[in-house]
Order: sequence, then C-alpha cells, then structure tokens
Amino acid sequence: MAKLSFRTDFCKGCSLCVNACPKNVLAISKDKINAKGHHPVEAVNPDACVGCASCAIMCPDCIITVER
Amino acid sequence: MVVFKKPEALADVPLHYCPGCTHGIVHRLVAEVIDELGIEGKTIGVAPVGCSVMAYNYFNCDMVEASHGRAPAVATGLKRANPEGHVVFTYQGDGDLASIGMAETVHSAARNENITIIFINNAIYGMTGGQMAPTSLPGQVTQTSPYGRDVKACGYPVKICEMLSELEGPEYLERVAVNNVANVRKAKKAIKKAFENQLNNKGFSLVEVISTCPTNWGMTPQKALEWVDEKMIPYYPLGVYKDRSAESEEK
Repeated sequence: MAKLSFRTDFCKGCSLCVNACPKNVLAISKDKINAKGHHPVEAVNPDACVGCASCAIMCPDCIITVER
Repeated sequence: MVVFKKPEALADVPLHYCPGCTHGIVHRLVAEVIDELGIEGKTIGVAPVGCSVMAYNYFNCDMVEASHGRAPAVATGLKRANPEGHVVFTYQGDGDLASIGMAETVHSAARNENITIIFINNAIYGMTGGQMAPTSLPGQVTQTSPYGRDVKACGYPVKICEMLSELEGPEYLERVAVNNVANVRKAKKAIKKAFENQLNNKGFSLVEVISTCPTNWGMTPQKALEWVDEKMIPYYPLGVYKDRSAESEEK
C-alpha cells in the first residue's frame, strides 16, 4: 500500500505530477488555495497509487514524499 | 519504506521559479547526486546570473556567486586552490554559458579543468523576460524575434556539446532532457557521472540539460514538455558527445 504526502504550501499547481501519474491518482484542487496562492495538488484516488514515484520525479518543487 | 523524499542537500525553502519550470527538477537531481556521493561537506557550487541566480539559496553546500558568464573561471580558481579537497560545480543557463560566458566555457574545456558544469538549455533568456538567446531555435518566437528567429539576420543556434566535442580537452560531454520520467532518470545518471569524473580527477565534464520555460514560451507546463519533444530534441539530439575514458578503454 503506497502512501503519498505533500508539502502543500510549496505546490505551484503546475500539474506535471498529475500528467506523470500512470494511475490518475492526483488532481489539482478546485477549492483549496495554499499559502502561495496556488491551487495545490491532492490525491483524489489514493487507493490506486502503486508507489512508482513518477509524480515525485517530475515535481519541480520536490513537494511529494512517496512511501511504500 | 520511503521510496522518494527531498534530498538533504536541497534546502528546505520554496523555489522562486515559475510553476512548471524544470530548473527545480535539475536542482533536485544535483542535490540527490551530492547526497549519494556523500560530498555535501566538501562541495562548492558556483551560481550564475540568470533565473538560477539564487541557486545559492537552494543548495546546502557552500556556494559562490559569479559575475555573468564567469562561473567556469571562478570554478577554475576554487578547484586549483584546493584540487584534492573540494568538488566544484557550476550551474549555468544558456544566456550565461553560451552567450556572455562563451570564452570562459570554451577555454575551461580546452584546458580540461577538473570541474563539473551543469548547463541548462531552455532556448530563451528567462529572467529578463523572454528575449532571443544564442540557443533559440530558427523560427522561434521570442520578445526580440516576434516574427520568429530569422537565421539570415540573427544567425544559427549554438550547439554547445557538438562544438566542445571538437576540442581535445574535455573529458565528458552529454546532452540530456528532463521532459519525462525516463529522461529525468537518464539525466541523473549523466550528472552523477559528471561528478564522479571530477572525484576521479578525470577532468572537464559538462552535462547539457534541455529544459523548459513555460512562462516565456507562452505555454502550459505540460505543453512545454511536449514542445521539448517536438522541437528542441530534434534540433539538439540527446546523447553522449564525448567520453574520453570510455573511448580509450575501447582502443
């Protein structure tokens, strides 16, 4: 069971992680706003995560920690 | 078990780069390599002028700020002053390395200076607002080439890896990209090799990273990654341009 955690306040909502995820686990939040004023990423489908870390590898701001 | 977390050598501060800018990925790769080689305490980075001018805030190793384009010259001094004790790398963009710093780049390569250069090529001047760079593609629309780069008036892009590979000096030249997961993994291998070459006293190693500038290219971050595949990589082919140790082993 893979677990994702986010440093949400560092997220800029660029969505590179959303596009990198092969299992469609992630999405950019429509209603939350973080400290930088961006809509941050969130795990909308966390049970589908296989812990491949593709999202974290593509994240320019290094906000994602992947555990498995 | 943690399979991915922020490397220790990367400072715990928000990066100032635009959303989707791949500078952040390359920063992380450099920091991961510093962690894996266990050289944080003896590494000195040289920051350039350009978008990555504040790179000194983002690495936990010692950093020096060089004047525009002069990072290889500063790195030469640092390395020669303490050839065994320190690992010296520069982190430069294309406006820094391929334009005003061309002389320093070429001559440090010709001297086979034992330093590592990480060269970010995003085909535009990012910090100053998206002007045409020496590496801008023919026909590319920028602030100063609104009808596309006209090669009759502005000349052709400078291909750094191809150009330096003609010199006898450099040890290792490779061009990589960070536009998808597979390419990021390859980029990390290349950066690690460039640092290992320095630790093994092999000499000048330069890794050119094809990067993006979504803001000044006028694209979404994802579209910019696709543009790298469609336009940048055909013009700047990826691969190893020079690896002298591997070549001499084959002979």
